[in-house]
Amino acid sequence: MSSRDSILAAVLKNQPPLTDLPDISGFKVPEEDVVEKYKNTFSGIGGLVYSAKNIEAIKNHIRENFDTGKRIVSTLPALSDVAEICSTSVEPQSFEDVELSIIESRLAVAENGAVWLTEEVMGHRIIPYISQHLAVVVYESKIVSTMHEAYAKIADEAYGFGGFIGGPSKTADIEQALVLGAHGPLSMTVYLIK
Amino acid sequence: MKGTQDHATLAEVFNRDEDRVDWHDGALWWIRQKRDRSANLTPQWEELREAASAIKSNVISNLHDYLLQFEDNLKKNGVKVYWAADAEEHNQIVYKILSDKNINQMVKSKSMLTEECHLNEYLADRGIDVINSDLGEYIQQIDNEPPSHIVLPCIHKKKEEIGELFHEHLGTEKGLSDPTLLTRVARNHLRNVFMTRRAALTGVNFAVAETGEYVVCTNEGNADMGAHLCEVQIASMGLEKIIPERKHLGVFLRLLARSAIGQPITIYSSHFRKPRPGQEMHLILVDKGRSELLARPDFRDSLKCIKCGSCMNTCPVYRKSGGLSYHNTISGPIGAILAPNLDMKKHADLPFASTLCGSCSNVCPVKIPIHEQLYKWRQVIVKEGYSASRKTFSMKAMALTLSSPEIYNTAGKTGRWILNHAPFAINNKFNPWYKQRDMPDSPEQSFGEWYSKNVKKS
Repeated sequence: MSSRDSILAAVLKNQPPLTDLPDISGFKVPEEDVVEKYKNTFSGIGGLVYSAKNIEAIKNHIRENFDTGKRIVSTLPALSDVAEICSTSVEPQSFEDVELSIIESRLAVAENGAVWLTEEVMGHRIIPYISQHLAVVVYESKIVSTMHEAYAKIADEAYGFGGFIGGPSKTADIEQALVLGAHGPLSMTVYLIK
Repeated sequence: MKGTQDHATLAEVFNRDEDRVDWHDGALWWIRQKRDRSANLTPQWEELREAASAIKSNVISNLHDYLLQFEDNLKKNGVKVYWAADAEEHNQIVYKILSDKNINQMVKSKSMLTEECHLNEYLADRGIDVINSDLGEYIQQIDNEPPSHIVLPCIHKKKEEIGELFHEHLGTEKGLSDPTLLTRVARNHLRNVFMTRRAALTGVNFAVAETGEYVVCTNEGNADMGAHLCEVQIASMGLEKIIPERKHLGVFLRLLARSAIGQPITIYSSHFRKPRPGQEMHLILVDKGRSELLARPDFRDSLKCIKCGSCMNTCPVYRKSGGLSYHNTISGPIGAILAPNLDMKKHADLPFASTLCGSCSNVCPVKIPIHEQLYKWRQVIVKEGYSASRKTFSMKAMALTLSSPEIYNTAGKTGRWILNHAPFAINNKFNPWYKQRDMPDSPEQSFGEWYSKNVKKS
């Protein structure tokens, strides 16, 4: 018998009688201002959050706060005068020198500050992880309260790869001292648009 | 070899440096407090724990079908699936995947399962070099030590010791111990590793039967750096990582990081479903004692564990003895209930490394009754004849004393007399209970004597 078959046979033999799945539809938070909550949570984790009037304001902020002499990539055509629109057909290693990447998220979560990104909005799976700095554009209407609502939104999405990202990469492995910028971005900025 | 000594002996070594013990104790208690603050800020926290526990009960009771469903969906998604009965078979599978592609270097993100399987050593013997990319695991690897904590692998090390390791292995300036500077050095070094590895292996936090996707959680971003830059992506998971539906991730991701370190969610929660064009994805389902554990009604709930480490942070014995004293990859209370299932003789000491205070069960996000299982393992171990002979003898003496009122009364009287008149007969180096402890003064009479004198008469 193959390992597969013997493992499955042992599991079937040893598993206890079937119990029901619980109803998880009852997890609700009290009425709240999700935008305020999002801002507080995200800055609490070490993220930077700016309310931007429009795309033009985002461009100005990028020019003032990031090194535009270095490589900036984006998947947003509206940002083509501050960023190179990234090609999806190149090797992932070719993004090693990216200083800043700017992508749009269509789902953000107030309770933990995380944004949901699929490979379509990333352009390339590696982009939000390999860039020295990450910026994400979020329309305020796309913010939900909790992870339960977030999963309700993406229940039927057929992504090949997707991820929640909730701030700049971090570690506290050396004596519990918090250090922002472990292997991923050193900073993460979220631009909120009304 | 360290592995041949028991928890008490190894803890004694750790306890020689009292300042370090206090520092270690404080660091972990601080994390426990962060967990409390975070849990208290989350509405319906207890209901969340209840739901998580019930979902995992359902998984355990329907694991066979969920495994088949998961396998089916993985295949539909273009992922190659393997089944491994034990560590040896798991390691062979990884080796075959790599050698078929002529790959001799791999980068790995945190995976307790592959630590347990001793994958790195197995591959090294066959000419394949593996680098652990989680900073804490990397530090432990260059120091040739196993992780001492499942979430915080080098929590027992001082920054000066890490600085010394970096000086030796990465050529940093002698005496450099600033955590930010050391992290930057590791970042630069490992970036080069990520860029040049054709293969990457990750662990799995949650595997969704409904969709065939698996979720990997990190704070550092190392799993993603490895996975998205490589051409061969491998994931190793224990059978128990299955959850039924994608929506259940909502429950577990809300609990995991809050329980682990008091953070509302890990920075990265990556959902891998299909390989990217030109990439291969392999997933290995590992039994390694899980199906056997299912057959033990008293202990099968330990399969619910989501490896948050909160039971370690809260455990008074773990905090004061250090993870390496447990001589097992997974240390602390959860390690002490998982290990005897795999090798009862080797791990017979671990269920005794507890005060049974119950704090572990109170913080566990999936409500495993850890301290009850510790207590039950003690009974099984004694019954099977694996307990230390000194312990077996004293337990037999205790059983005899408690079974007879005459012996009990005489023993109590004698004990009180000795404690008051000749304490050195008990408080000596032959009685391990007295290490780091003192006895309170013994009362003149027992409760029984007091009762018959004062209450019975009136």
